[in-house]
Amino acid sequence: MTTDYNGTLIEVQHLGKRFDKLEVLKDITVDIHKGDVVCVIGPSGSGKSTFLRCLNRLEEPTSGKIFFEGIDITDPKTDIDRHRQKMGMVFQQFNLFPHMNIMKNLTIAPVKLQGRGQKEAQDQAMKLLERVGLADRADAYPSQLSGGQKQRIAIVRALCMNPEVMLFDEPTSALDPEMVGEVLNVMRDLAREKMTMVVVTHEMGFAREVASRVMFMDEGYFLEENVPDQFFANPKNERLKNFLSKVL
Amino acid sequence: MSEKFREDFYQNFIEDDRWKYIVDGLGNTIKITFFAVLLGIALGCLVAIIRSTYDKTHKLGVLNLLCRVYLTVIRGTPVLIQLMIIYFVVFGSARIDKVLVSVLAFGINSGAYVAEIFRSGIMSIDNGQFEAGRSLGFNYTQTMCYIIMPQAFKNVLPALGNEFIVLLKETSVAGYIAIQDLTKGADIIRSRTYNAFMPLMAAAVIYLVMVMIFSYFVERLERRLRSSDH
Repeated sequence: MTTDYNGTLIEVQHLGKRFDKLEVLKDITVDIHKGDVVCVIGPSGSGKSTFLRCLNRLEEPTSGKIFFEGIDITDPKTDIDRHRQKMGMVFQQFNLFPHMNIMKNLTIAPVKLQGRGQKEAQDQAMKLLERVGLADRADAYPSQLSGGQKQRIAIVRALCMNPEVMLFDEPTSALDPEMVGEVLNVMRDLAREKMTMVVVTHEMGFAREVASRVMFMDEGYFLEENVPDQFFANPKNERLKNFLSKVL
Repeated sequence: MSEKFREDFYQNFIEDDRWKYIVDGLGNTIKITFFAVLLGIALGCLVAIIRSTYDKTHKLGVLNLLCRVYLTVIRGTPVLIQLMIIYFVVFGSARIDKVLVSVLAFGINSGAYVAEIFRSGIMSIDNGQFEAGRSLGFNYTQTMCYIIMPQAFKNVLPALGNEFIVLLKETSVAGYIAIQDLTKGADIIRSRTYNAFMPLMAAAVIYLVMVMIFSYFVERLERRLRSSDH
């Protein structure tokens, strides 16, 4: 069950997912290495988000295996909650906890799940807040923040668990255009610090600039994968060419 | 007029210490309501969690079925019948404290309504909240306790307050199993003095004041919990 994973953080083997009759993911096999910044692009309905949500089993895969740090997390006997602590996730709709202030949003999981002291968790949260420029909002409630601020807080909330990988599910799609930049900046910094990231996005500029690999998904398959320069300059797959001609 | 009022008042409440019927009755009413509310919340919470767990994960199928039977039966029959069945049938041959019996009856009855109130509250919370909790590594129960329930509770507080007002007033049928509650106390006075106005009005005013005090505290709690939505 445990395989040596030197460098391969997430290993996806023949992943499939169907909702009743609808087969969203057909046969996905991919390795994600430490320090990778993988951007997944594709038309809506292609299965990008489902793929991402399968990685931490927010969606239960219907076939295939996913190994995280060498452990098969699709095995029903695996304690998925323990592994999720090391997989930070950022949602399109932020999903901050509205009944807690920002500091509580950031510290509740480290304190309750990792048994860390309140003080230590707060210090770390404060440091991260300073890095994203929101240290002065620690006592605010989510409803008092703008969309861009909420998403930066959501990123910090995931980072407070010291994850091995960060999963981003269209993190800028629900934002007003003028707020997209501030969120992408935070993600760019993370990438620079060699955080492993899997990003489902429509931001082609971000993918081109930051990704180490870009993958194109359509109809439940990864149809093409390449380094960003090649991916955007010399697409080979017809559907990818078609897709890029529409979005670029 | 005022001479007549004073005379009636004296006769109904002062003579032979008749006020004691009211005070003792009020004590029983408060006791029954208080413990029935606690039982109702505990039962309601449990049933709501079982039902929404089933809705979300399709686990606990058998328990869910039991809960549905409970809700259907309790909500489909009058509380007075339930009270009498519990007293005369279930505990028919046992000598058991009548106040305890009515706490059980009213608590079990209220639990069914509270369960549906809580469930509506849980369902009103966006699924993204649940996913955010799980993605951080919280298990199902922790996510419910730390993230879903506190928000759900805030949303259902007005409906919950309403349910407990109804419960307080419903305990007035406890006299049917010969408990001397506030209503029964007033009625005893009426049967002694042949004056209906005074004791019944007194009981009505006391119910009203209790409801008003209770509503005041619910409103204050609501305002405090709202402090996070500015």
